[in-house]
Amino acid sequence: MSETRFTDQHEWVRVDGDTATVGITKFAAGQLGDVVFVELPEVGRKVGQGGEIAVVESVKAASEVYAPIGGEVSEANAALTEEPAKINSDPEGEGWFFKLHINDAAELGELMTADQYAEFVKNQ
Amino acid sequence: MTEGRGSGSLDALDKPFCRTAMTATSEETLRRTPLYGLHIALGGKMVPFAGYELPVHYEPGILKEHLHTRAKAGLFDVSHMGQATLAGDDPAAALELLTPADVKGLKDGQQRYALLLNAHGGINDDFMVARLEGENALHLVVNGATKEGDFAYIAEMLRNSAKLTPQPERALLALQGPAAEAVLSRHAPEAAALAFMKIARMNVAGVCAIVSRSGYTGEDGYEISVAAHDAVHVAHAILDEPEVIPIGLGARDSLRLEAGLCLYGHDLDEGTDPVSANLVWSIGKRRRSEGGFLAAEKILGLVANGAKQKRIGILPDGRAPAREGTVIADKSGRHIGRITSGGFGPSANAPVAMGYLDREFSADGTEIDLLIRGKPCPARVAPMPFVPHRYKRS
Repeated sequence: MSETRFTDQHEWVRVDGDTATVGITKFAAGQLGDVVFVELPEVGRKVGQGGEIAVVESVKAASEVYAPIGGEVSEANAALTEEPAKINSDPEGEGWFFKLHINDAAELGELMTADQYAEFVKNQ
Repeated sequence: MTEGRGSGSLDALDKPFCRTAMTATSEETLRRTPLYGLHIALGGKMVPFAGYELPVHYEPGILKEHLHTRAKAGLFDVSHMGQATLAGDDPAAALELLTPADVKGLKDGQQRYALLLNAHGGINDDFMVARLEGENALHLVVNGATKEGDFAYIAEMLRNSAKLTPQPERALLALQGPAAEAVLSRHAPEAAALAFMKIARMNVAGVCAIVSRSGYTGEDGYEISVAAHDAVHVAHAILDEPEVIPIGLGARDSLRLEAGLCLYGHDLDEGTDPVSANLVWSIGKRRRSEGGFLAAEKILGLVANGAKQKRIGILPDGRAPAREGTVIADKSGRHIGRITSGGFGPSANAPVAMGYLDREFSADGTEIDLLIRGKPCPARVAPMPFVPHRYKRS
């Protein structure tokens, strides 16, 4: 069963076998405001945990997205090119950014659980 | 995620995505306009701007507030801006030292856009100057971020010829959008007959106001100056109208950018001259031959011969916005300029920007590259405004 983990940079990651799906959290999408553009990584791109991997832009500003765990990009969510607003309407579902073949599942252990993240967000 | 790299004073803070958190430093106490309580009650997301706590947006968000203004009407609190009067035997003649605008030629009940010059021919601020019918003193409205400096500068430079009186006890509201006339005339019947760039005293919702048909969005609309203690009453009267919602600073910026209007401190600064800034239209015809303003010889020389760079509009070919500070390159990779304002235009439904580049590249349609995150992104020089102006000219 896949469990969702969270970073203190407000990314979420859901692992299924050795594939991870990554996006930004509802909290982050709310702070960002209306998304107008997202720059997604190319398939095949390798990234280490914490590496800069995507950019998401609102009307007013651009924000970087970092890889919650390391791996190789296996898919980018093409739907976001046409409809970046999915990131606002369903940030933790249809608004996913990309998928990775992960290097090391142990890296997940460093991330927050849903409860820990909920607590973390309260203090933001 | 990191803090957003946003535009100018609305830049993000330490926290990821949390660019709307307050950042008052320990030395800085932010001021509040008379509508502060109203902004809080309306759910405004408050940020520091020009030394004030102001709403960057309300619940709808920047995109919806922007689109609503162009579809119906939006009310903006711009009380942070600096209002003042300039009095004396001939305040227009006095002021003409500091601006190349035709101030003496201002007719009764007319307002004009003007540049405040420094001795090097650079721009200290852009402002509005108006003559009210039957009154000798001129009315000035300058930018909030520069008002203290502007007022000290004007007072000092004109100390022997005119008296500047700042009016911190006045508030300023802007009502903008195609429904603005219908809305305001319900509370000020004379507003409908006021033509673009005209100004008059009239009662608004039963209180004394100075109303001009002008604004910063490219739409038809009004700017309404009232005594600070009347601001909440007038704001409520206007917000009660079904067409109107309150609009924050975020949409104010995206609206003016689509309209091709400069933001001082970004598109204009003390080192920018009026010719590079593509604001020669604001130099009065008589002033071009007579001079009589600071650095007139230098500025008129640039008018005659052109400046090295020029402010132009830019449309990226793709969907990625190009923000302030983005380097502009020619197709061979040579750096030729930079973007001074940029973002996403909700009405244009595309990224839009303005910036400065070497004059030889300034023709509309010229193909350029924008260096966004290290990659050259194709774009072209484009005419402004990006969204047509809808001023109500007589």
